[in-house]
Amino acid sequence: MKATERILNILIFTFLYAPLLVMVVFSFNASKSTAVLSGFSFYWYKELFASSDTITALQNTLILAVASATIATVLGLIAAVGIFRMRSKPLRNTVMTITDIPMMNPDIVTGVSLMLLFVFIGRLLGLANSLSFITLLIAHITFNLPYAILNILPKLRQTDRNLSYAAMDLGCTPVKAFFKVTMPAIRPGVLAAWLMGFTLSLDDFVISYYTNGASFQTLPLKIFAMTKKTVKPDMYALSSLIFITILVLLILVNILQSKSQKDNNRTLKKE
Amino acid sequence: MKHTNRRSLRTGLLNGPYLLWSAIFIVVPLFMIAYYAFTDSSGAFTWENIRMLTLYKETFAISLWYSLLATVITFIISFPFAYFMSRRSASAQRMMTLLIMLPMWMNLLIRTYSWMNILERNGIINNILGLIGLEPLKMIGTGGAVVLGMVYNYIPYMIIPIYTILVKMDPALLEAAEDLGASFLVKLRRIILPLSLPGILSGIIMVFVPSISTFYISQKLGGGKIMLIGDVIDRQIQTAYNYNLGASLSLVLMVFILLSMALLNRAGKDDNEDEGVMLI
Repeated sequence: MKATERILNILIFTFLYAPLLVMVVFSFNASKSTAVLSGFSFYWYKELFASSDTITALQNTLILAVASATIATVLGLIAAVGIFRMRSKPLRNTVMTITDIPMMNPDIVTGVSLMLLFVFIGRLLGLANSLSFITLLIAHITFNLPYAILNILPKLRQTDRNLSYAAMDLGCTPVKAFFKVTMPAIRPGVLAAWLMGFTLSLDDFVISYYTNGASFQTLPLKIFAMTKKTVKPDMYALSSLIFITILVLLILVNILQSKSQKDNNRTLKKE
Repeated sequence: MKHTNRRSLRTGLLNGPYLLWSAIFIVVPLFMIAYYAFTDSSGAFTWENIRMLTLYKETFAISLWYSLLATVITFIISFPFAYFMSRRSASAQRMMTLLIMLPMWMNLLIRTYSWMNILERNGIINNILGLIGLEPLKMIGTGGAVVLGMVYNYIPYMIIPIYTILVKMDPALLEAAEDLGASFLVKLRRIILPLSLPGILSGIIMVFVPSISTFYISQKLGGGKIMLIGDVIDRQIQTAYNYNLGASLSLVLMVFILLSMALLNRAGKDDNEDEGVMLI
């Protein structure tokens, strides 16, 4: 049993990390090849930062990720509080089912459906270009929203409602009671919602591919354009950098989550 | 009375923006797919796009076959792995979860492209084979490479939900079965598998759905020889600009997936609203 476990672990982790290893190793390759190693160099990293295209794409990706994650978190927070307070069970179930749709549908269907909507509206308004940064932003907010709601809603359910009633008895307005009492309790969920939206947006290719305008290129779209031709190791250099960034973000989220778990355990023990 | 009115007004104000947003950007787009599927380029009603679907019977069949194969292989590897993982120490479990999710955060395009470098004619595997004097293998352009791409890209989606369920399983159940003389196979069949069914079902959905709708994996690892539904939709929309046929293909894909998910969910109904989504 023990031996089977060890062999399986080795096989799976080798399988999972082989392509990542290839990527990192070949990003330091001295030649143009992505299959034959010929020496160590930082050439492709220098090349990467010399190209203004890549820098613009990186900026665009970050602008889009920050904007869509922020708007989706605010909208998702308001929606989660609203859904939490909904009295009618059928209505709540309907809203939750609709919320699930973007997560259940394949990305290609979500992308195509949004594109058709934008094209339809564009034709109605007689626009020459129906796709732009705005449509891309709307698409990203739309696929981030369910994850925002599903990160915040469970945290709301865990809060003690008597605390906010107590705050209101002591003279807080409902809004003030929300920000003074509820908000601190659900903050880990809100932060996780934002970070999740940010990483999802950063990583998205398929939905962006259908909803973006020609003038605004993000990194995944640029990578797609690059992989249509033969790829030089500069793409691997770029990917290795993205990988490091995401690694740092993930470790941050992990720390946040384990901290909130510890806090929860502490409250449970007190009770 | 006044109080209740103000309360419902507040709830309305809270729900309003999201209800409006999801109506316009989730519900209406689905109707747009149906609208485009049943109209021609001038906007008149037609069955033509639906009739054209018969041309793609083989594409649908091959997409279904590859994605089912990928789902089954993923399950066979993931289940024992998740089982062993769930019996490790808490810190080892945390570490392993992180290690499994980590590759997922590398863009799918790059992961897939990297596999292409490993498998292609002048790629890494064939270079190594050449060094030890063996004939090069043809891997890119085969169904095997496409299925491998699917398994690779989506295996964490199978491991994590199964592991999440197994780790919550009460070990006393297995001990009791053992005391009553159950062999490992009996425990597996009567206790472990039935209890982990919800995790298995969500794993199946999360591997099958992106596999059957992919177009990048088949484009790169299929070497242009293997066309899946995703490739056909992509080509109709982005190359041929035939939005109507693209919409009817998307409609079929969507209806098929939603129906199979509804069937699967009925097989393993588990209403746990308190489960949040976990990032890692």
